[in-house]
Amino acid sequence: MTGIVAYAAYLPLYRLARAEIGRAWGSGGKGEKAVASHDEDSLTMAVAAARECLKGQGGRKVDGIFFASTTAPYREKQAAATIAAVLALPAETYTADFGGSLRSGTNAVRAAVDAVKSGSLKNVLVLVADCRLGMPNGASEMAFGDGAAAMLIGSEGVLASIDSMYTMADEIIDVFRSDRDRFVHAWETRFIRDYGHGRVMPQAMKDAAMKAGVALADFARVIMYSPDQRQLQAVTKTMKLDPAKVQDSFFNEFGDTGAAQVFISLAAALEQAKAGDKLMLAAYGNGADVFALTAAPAIGTWKPSRAISYYMNTKLQINTYEKYLRWRQVIELEPAATAPMEQPSPVALWRDNKSGLNLHGVKCRKCGTPQYPAQRVCMECGSKDDFEDYSFSDKPAVLATFSHDSLGISADPPTTVSAVDFEGGGRITCDMTDRDPSEVKIGMPIEMVFRVLRYVGGFYTYWWKARPKRD
Amino acid sequence: MESIKDKVAIIGMGCSKFGENWDKSADDMIIEAAYEAYEDAGIEAKDIGAAWLGTYVTEWTGQMLSRALKLDYIPVTRVENACATGSDALRNACYAVASGACDIALAVGVEKLKDSGYTGLPDFELLRRQSNTYRTRTYSPPGHFAMMATKYFDRYGLSPEEGKKVIGQIAVKNHHNGALAPKAHFQAETTLEKVLAAPMVAWPLGLFDCCGVSDGAAAAIVTRADLAKNFRADPVYIKALQIAVGPYEGYMSPKYDWCHVEETVRAGERAYAEAGIKNPREEISMAEVHDCFTITEMVIMEDLMFSERGKAPDDVRSGFFHLDGGLPINTDGGLKCFGHPIGASGLRMMYEVYKQMQQKADKRQIKNPKLGLTHNLGGTPATCSVSVIIAGNEKG
Repeated sequence: MTGIVAYAAYLPLYRLARAEIGRAWGSGGKGEKAVASHDEDSLTMAVAAARECLKGQGGRKVDGIFFASTTAPYREKQAAATIAAVLALPAETYTADFGGSLRSGTNAVRAAVDAVKSGSLKNVLVLVADCRLGMPNGASEMAFGDGAAAMLIGSEGVLASIDSMYTMADEIIDVFRSDRDRFVHAWETRFIRDYGHGRVMPQAMKDAAMKAGVALADFARVIMYSPDQRQLQAVTKTMKLDPAKVQDSFFNEFGDTGAAQVFISLAAALEQAKAGDKLMLAAYGNGADVFALTAAPAIGTWKPSRAISYYMNTKLQINTYEKYLRWRQVIELEPAATAPMEQPSPVALWRDNKSGLNLHGVKCRKCGTPQYPAQRVCMECGSKDDFEDYSFSDKPAVLATFSHDSLGISADPPTTVSAVDFEGGGRITCDMTDRDPSEVKIGMPIEMVFRVLRYVGGFYTYWWKARPKRD
Repeated sequence: MESIKDKVAIIGMGCSKFGENWDKSADDMIIEAAYEAYEDAGIEAKDIGAAWLGTYVTEWTGQMLSRALKLDYIPVTRVENACATGSDALRNACYAVASGACDIALAVGVEKLKDSGYTGLPDFELLRRQSNTYRTRTYSPPGHFAMMATKYFDRYGLSPEEGKKVIGQIAVKNHHNGALAPKAHFQAETTLEKVLAAPMVAWPLGLFDCCGVSDGAAAAIVTRADLAKNFRADPVYIKALQIAVGPYEGYMSPKYDWCHVEETVRAGERAYAEAGIKNPREEISMAEVHDCFTITEMVIMEDLMFSERGKAPDDVRSGFFHLDGGLPINTDGGLKCFGHPIGASGLRMMYEVYKQMQQKADKRQIKNPKLGLTHNLGGTPATCSVSVIIAGNEKG
């Protein structure tokens, strides 16, 4: 049996009310959308989902990382390899990026299932994340939200088996973004309704059910990609599905999270599923991928520590639409009267990959003092080159002191500078993110998160930041 | 171990006008400071045996000093030690004459910051590509020192509002002193109300908690103590020259409390031992300390043992550090008002100590000057270079 052995979603902390977008443009809007923080992108959100998914999976050897997104940070440079380094996976890990379509997530899962079934890989972590941009004052801007999900595909301790995988290719120019554009464009809504999503999805789901040998009505849960609430209802009606069995796509809470949407919905469905439940998952994008799944007897034995409800309940509003434009760099601001950031050296970065990407420091073998970054001469006892590796990323921590620096370089000023003390020893000084400045207090619990530190000279520099424990 | 005490004397000093010197180049300011020092010492350029140039970012090489002053093919070396750069230039010059390598040495500090177009200091770490890696900080100097304020207030039970009122009084005092210093960058009194209403730079520090970013130069001419009286009747004798450089511990160890600066404590202890000072609060007549931010000055008072731990706020409130107080601090306005051209600051501080020791500080003159102290802090509270230099008007 091959299928999902662990899963988790990740939704950024921030929300933007659609009414606030409407305020800017003199229109209205219902609900809200999840918005990646100014220092998040699809890669960092994938890392966040991966870390949740792998909690308690220490004994399981992950030998593949598949990253799927239409919004990978690079056109040429693999995100999966970066993520493997962040997760400290061995060099022989098979890494691959999938992209180009909102089906990239299901493309990756199918490849993972095939690899596990064939025996070429044992446990593949599929990470799906999207952070799409719609043009200001457009329907896509209202609809799109940011989010990620992780699915660990394996054959031992399966929570939900993937029984059948159906696919259908369909050439159409309905929703697209060329290599020359930052913004996603969509052709007329009525065309998409009648000949795009509205035509392909019912057909594919019917055919998939037939292939799986399960009557549509026997699926306890149907999870389908939908660009918005109305289209979800329209297809539900066309297919005569029981609306109670159709999984909510969280359009009003998170927005259309692109390739990640069906996996965030699947995570919600799996949280509720009972052994034996049949689930259908249908992704759309120049055709459709449809999976038939069955909740396994083990389904109740494992749940992600951060459920969908957790992401709904832990949130912070972006108060103004202008702040959102700034975060997404849709508008260009007058540069501060300060020295511009210089391009870091890729050579220095490469030497430093372990402590930079994995937040690895060292622990002195003589005196036991954890230190970050890695040292060669012990700060405490002076012994030389006598250390073992020591990771700080998952250690509980508290805030030793902080300030709110208005001169710091940040898209979310002021920069909250923080000194973080770790349980078991060690201190790191870094930026704090996802915080309400008025709520920051000495001694507050901190968790470390992987974020974009800066983009200078044509490449991203990622590092870790402190965040007030999100709960 | 021998001590530097009474082996070297300063026989001439000069200081340019500090400020936003749009119409002056670094060379112009060097010339202004150096020629004042020549005249003060009664020497000419040809009398100088060796020279040190302290500059942090203005030039890479000391050759600019020889170029500006047309020095006669003597040894010239650039030194750098963050904000303690000027003090380190003086230290090198003192060691040169003490060793007998030359009879007269020149130390000049200069910085030209206002050609940059930046309102604050450039973020030096981001300018260097080699060390520019993952951990590169994206925050400013005020951001670092503000962390000390946050922690100090927290530890001693001051609300941010109460804490800001205490450190605000340091700004008011330094503005008062600066208003009496004709070469200072800012020469205007201010009030606590104005200080507290100023815009935030790095919470909890507001604009008036931060020193100026200035252009300027200062110079000192030193000779062996036994030769000093050949040049003038009132030389000022070096009693201690100490520098302490931290190993980055504050950023890596939870032991660091963000309520003191270990480098200041170490350099201070060594300087007092070298000068034979037992009770700094009583024995030091006045001090010029590195008030890059108001919180820094307050913590320095404890680190240099002028106040007991946690008690500096009481001394600030009582006016102990005012011009007419028990231990006047930053009598020329300090970094806050005299200005902070990085490489020049240490020598500017010594310029004020020198004038005070000679009873030539005009309206700022303190009573019964005997020993003066300069203190520079280059870096951040968690790791820095600190210099402590003590000088006096009597040879022991």
